[in-house]
Amino acid sequence: MNNFTVEAIGLTRLYGGREAVSNVSFNLSKGEVLGFLGPNGAGKSTTMKMLTGNLAPSNGSVKICGIDMIEHPKEAKALIGYLPEMRPLYKELTVDEYLTVAARLHRVSASHIKKAVEIAKERCGLGHMSKRLIENLSNGYQQRVGIAQAIIHNPMVVILDEPTVGLDPIQIRDIRALIREVGGEHSVIISTHILPEVEMVCDHVQIIDKGQLVFNGSIDVLKKQRIGNKLLIGMRNAPSADEMLKIAGVTEAEALPGGLMRVRFADDAAPAEAIVQAAVKNSWGLHQIAPDQTSLEDVFVQLTYQEQAAQEQFAS
Amino acid sequence: MMIINVARKELKSMFASPMGWVILSLLMFAFGTYYLNGVNDYFAVMSGAMRPAERTGVTQFVGQMVYGFASFMVLFAVPLLSMRLISEERRSQTLPFLFSAPISLTEIVVGKFLGLVAFLSILIVFIAAMLSTLNIWADIDFGFIVANSIGLLLMVASFSALGLYFSSLTQQPVVAAILTFVALFALMFLDRFFAGDPSNTLASLSLTRHFQSFSGGLIDTGDIAYFALFIVTFLTLTVRRLDADRLRG
Repeated sequence: MNNFTVEAIGLTRLYGGREAVSNVSFNLSKGEVLGFLGPNGAGKSTTMKMLTGNLAPSNGSVKICGIDMIEHPKEAKALIGYLPEMRPLYKELTVDEYLTVAARLHRVSASHIKKAVEIAKERCGLGHMSKRLIENLSNGYQQRVGIAQAIIHNPMVVILDEPTVGLDPIQIRDIRALIREVGGEHSVIISTHILPEVEMVCDHVQIIDKGQLVFNGSIDVLKKQRIGNKLLIGMRNAPSADEMLKIAGVTEAEALPGGLMRVRFADDAAPAEAIVQAAVKNSWGLHQIAPDQTSLEDVFVQLTYQEQAAQEQFAS
Repeated sequence: MMIINVARKELKSMFASPMGWVILSLLMFAFGTYYLNGVNDYFAVMSGAMRPAERTGVTQFVGQMVYGFASFMVLFAVPLLSMRLISEERRSQTLPFLFSAPISLTEIVVGKFLGLVAFLSILIVFIAAMLSTLNIWADIDFGFIVANSIGLLLMVASFSALGLYFSSLTQQPVVAAILTFVALFALMFLDRFFAGDPSNTLASLSLTRHFQSFSGGLIDTGDIAYFALFIVTFLTLTVRRLDADRLRG
């Protein structure tokens, strides 16, 4: 018996012959936060709908803590808390009333409902909004009610579709902290297109593009890809690339405009010190040396673009 | 158990909007007026009726007026109340809230149906209570009131089931209300079109015809079966419609 909280096996969803999601498989273990990245219309929301049983997959299956979503939907759904992209709020109810309904429908036992509502409100910072009509709350507070609704029954898996949309920076920080906190005990899946957010809260990242998983791995892999073995060196009297290659560990050197030079080095080498020494000795006029970071955006574009380029190549 | 939770949620929503209160109070006002007129008319009519054969009991006289009027008024009230049940959730995208909760589609549909019927039975209970006050100075026929209440309840439940189905077809509550009203109107007065041929099969589909035995104070299992089948049919259709959402997306 493995202890995966979410198992998606070959999820495929067709919309009129077009594959919105095709053959997506992944596992999620307890205590992990999974970030779902992808451009608009990539199939993030469709995948989430299938994970929560709101949409039947055309092919493949979903297991929540080993329970099949299609065969035992009630048991599986009881383990999930879901906040869809469009907040499902009954605006004519007050925050307390709404959360009570949510708790009741998620089988929180009658004696615990009051407590569950209090805890959810406290975690989402809604304490002073109890008696307000949801309709009259600001966008950000409505979002918090949506999140409170998803965690009220203390589910094993929390699935949040773009949870930080429409929030102010302080609220975003609070929500991220909350996601981390929830992720400590349970599994969380969030979708977003705010890339730094993924780096901040997620352990695992999946990038989906045109319905296909193009990247699936730990956040460290992505970070490594981002930081890489690269140095950016600024020098007033820049030497030629050949001269730079003589320094131990440097595998590639490329002169950039403005007296800058990008240097790649082998995995286990740390040539920064040697470069500085050489620069002093040969008076290259070193004024800047720093790891060269590719922005997460670039990695993202690379990953989604590579796929596209490969397809184009294939087509021609 | 979960059915009751869904029904409670529906009732809460209904009382949270002014619509529910307005409809309840307006209808009760209209029924009260009919009741008072009925009592006044009773004396006027009966004092003119000389022969014993022309005389009817006060329960039947007033009851028939009030229940006859009530069965007509719910034709307008039910579409207004049922229209929002699913279409509003569809429009404001709150259906995923119910779909991702550990409840089956049948429980959702039956819960919503029972919520609406519970709301409307408030009217039925009030009408029965109002007519029972006649007992203070007359010896009334409670059996007649019970039969009429059951008949009205079954009719209101059938209306609600049909309204729920039409509500599941569209995103626009107003469209659902109009469709429900037209369908109910046609079903109510179907037998009028076949007035010359009362044994016609289509005529026996008419809702009014099946209410008639109840309004005379008779509880007929055939009519109960008709209403029960009617309700089950439309609830099943609603479940299937919602299931199609999940399958087709």
